[in-house]
Amino acid sequence: MGLTNSSTGHNASDNAANIKKKTPSDKVIALAGNPNVGKSTVFNALTGMNQHTGNWPGKTVASAQGYLETKNGTYVLVDIPGTYSLMAHSAEEEVARNFICFENVDAVVVVCDATCLERNLNLVLQTMEISKNVIVCVNLMDEAKRKNISVNLKLLSEKLGVPVVGVSARKKKTLSKLVEEIENFTNINYEFKIEYDEKIENAINMIEPILKKYYDEKINCRWLSLRLLDKDDLLIKEFSKYTKKNIFKNKKIASAVKDAEEYLTENGITPDILKDMIVSTLLFKAEEICKDAVTYENEKYDLFDRRLDKLLTSKLTGYPVMLILLALVFYITISGANYPSMLLSDLLFSLQDKMMSFFTFIKMPESIKNMLVLGIYRTLAWIVSVMLPPMAIFFPLFTLLEDSGYLPRIAYNLDKPFKKCCACGKQALTMCMGFGCNAAGVVGCRIIDSPRERLLAILTNNFVPCNGRFPTLISIITMFFIGTQASMLSTAKSALFLTFIILLGITFTFLSTFVLSKTVLKGVTSSFTLELPPYRKPQIGKVIVRSIFDRTLFVLGRAAAVAAPAGLVIYLAANTFIDGNSILKILSDFLDPFARLMGLDGVILIAFILGFPANEIVLPIVIMAYTASGTLTEASSITAMKELFVSNGWNSVTAMCTMLFSLFHWPCSTTIITVKKETQSIKWTVLAFLIPTATGILVCMIFANLCRIFM
Amino acid sequence: MPYCLNDLKVGQKATVKTLNASGSMRRRLLDIGLIGETDIECIGKSPSGDPKAFLIRGAVIAIRSEDCKDILIKGGEE
Repeated sequence: MGLTNSSTGHNASDNAANIKKKTPSDKVIALAGNPNVGKSTVFNALTGMNQHTGNWPGKTVASAQGYLETKNGTYVLVDIPGTYSLMAHSAEEEVARNFICFENVDAVVVVCDATCLERNLNLVLQTMEISKNVIVCVNLMDEAKRKNISVNLKLLSEKLGVPVVGVSARKKKTLSKLVEEIENFTNINYEFKIEYDEKIENAINMIEPILKKYYDEKINCRWLSLRLLDKDDLLIKEFSKYTKKNIFKNKKIASAVKDAEEYLTENGITPDILKDMIVSTLLFKAEEICKDAVTYENEKYDLFDRRLDKLLTSKLTGYPVMLILLALVFYITISGANYPSMLLSDLLFSLQDKMMSFFTFIKMPESIKNMLVLGIYRTLAWIVSVMLPPMAIFFPLFTLLEDSGYLPRIAYNLDKPFKKCCACGKQALTMCMGFGCNAAGVVGCRIIDSPRERLLAILTNNFVPCNGRFPTLISIITMFFIGTQASMLSTAKSALFLTFIILLGITFTFLSTFVLSKTVLKGVTSSFTLELPPYRKPQIGKVIVRSIFDRTLFVLGRAAAVAAPAGLVIYLAANTFIDGNSILKILSDFLDPFARLMGLDGVILIAFILGFPANEIVLPIVIMAYTASGTLTEASSITAMKELFVSNGWNSVTAMCTMLFSLFHWPCSTTIITVKKETQSIKWTVLAFLIPTATGILVCMIFANLCRIFM
Repeated sequence: MPYCLNDLKVGQKATVKTLNASGSMRRRLLDIGLIGETDIECIGKSPSGDPKAFLIRGAVIAIRSEDCKDILIKGGEE
């Protein structure tokens, strides 16, 4: 759940295409690598930036740029999405390959996982076929050491003929060697060649010399020959765009390609067979290199991982452990947030009185004073005291799970249920990201290859409550269902209650996915492969610091930015009178009949509408509106808050309906903008809005009316 | 019934004989290094029994049973 300033909202789907150099002499370095090898960690360590990292494949879906300053000058580092190959089978692979081929990259650093080097070398070899300046960065050397896997870097470098450095990117100082290699990279410029089958070599020789006459400066002609032979139309199109000329317009090239193709066909090599032969050659080469360079000193190096997998994914324990972990995360969040929440609210509300007397002292007009303090300040105080503590605990906890490598196991466990809904197991990953932020979850849907399955995941992402909605749910549960005394038992009850609500959201995710895949998004499931990465020990200290600074404060900032004006609007609406009634009263009376049908009241509905820019502010607006209409002026503790709500007609049905509507209503504005960007379609954006909204209205109406009948 | 990846029980090893998959699945399998003569080991299954997890070239990959049937294997038996 990559939730930072740059990864949500407006910058979310930018491609790497426009490189921003600081000076024209800056060198461009691309960071390539398989998914989940720690590319983002290397990137962060080199640039001092804070791209979000996590232990699951496909986390970096958009490219990021940063700068590395050395004594030799500035380098623009581009973190391109992780790919297994450069054959451009998926959107990310296409982005990665086009970037390496056509963006005048000065060098490519291929980041590899030392614990899984053989598979990673495939990408290294493919990159070396395209680019002359390749540096191999073997990351996770510490992990390898722990598993008694030794990598002979020197031998690897000899065999490949390019610089190879070993790093453990989580320990920043191990990166100095990589920086050194980047500074020296202009000296590399080696010639590298993978020998293919004799017949393929003959065919290449029929084309390459002619290509060289025209394109020697522009691209690796040997590689281009291969692509012309294996009919890589995508690349040829892209190349024609790049050179602004259709390559087949050149008669000499066209006829050479035709001759070479005929030669191959005569020898029984069709383009499909050729593709297989190319892939096998690369893989066998990687295998051969690793046979000598990598030693597994302990045959059972993955014993711990396998044992953990057994616990986390077995038939007996897989689902229960998932539920227990979910409930545990909530338990820690609720119990941890209780006390700081109280402290903060005491502090902030005592400041409110001081502010009031200060403004009275400087003789500020009464109306402006009330507007500032009772309108803006009080809403902000609510946001901070109610929202901040649960967020500051939930985010790091979730990041720890993410860092450990557990999330792909969730996808693995839930693949079958998702398959039953004709969807992809990876939707479980995007669903998990939704817990952090639905906008991030929607962007994350790029990891799903099939466009139909991706749309399913995008449209249903909002059914899991994001971090902005958790505090609302927790407060209501505490007030109306569990009781406010902070004992271990009541906290456990709250956690279970919340888990139940979340499961309800997940149930609706499945239901709506199923309905969609039987109606507007009909289709069969596509094939599916999912990597289950090795477990890694999360960096606890770093996770806590980063998730508080990058995410919690960012989300809080966004909420505050929205809350201040919203608080003002509500205050003004509550204190501007037309014919003796405040505007707020007129509006809420207008919405009231409809809201009552859903078990809510007009004020709650208005709060949800005003909460469109940020879900965090819904409850504060409700409080604001109630206090502004004068029933109670202070609601500084959770008990006082409950009194305020009860005196405004809340009962347990109202509370339940508010929670249900919080779970099922329109996505926030950031999410909607992101859906529009990701789908490039008004139709799907409207659906993404309507599906949860309609669900919420229906569910609330049914629930409220059932209660009316039976209670 | 040819001997395919579905016949491999947890803990058993085998070698890939042929890949009958086509289209995008074939490409994806090639990308993760699953070609003829690749050693493969079944190391676990998900709670519902499908997908299963396989060790392929040092990485653990989950594959669904309907895709496994297109991956023919030879050798094997612990």
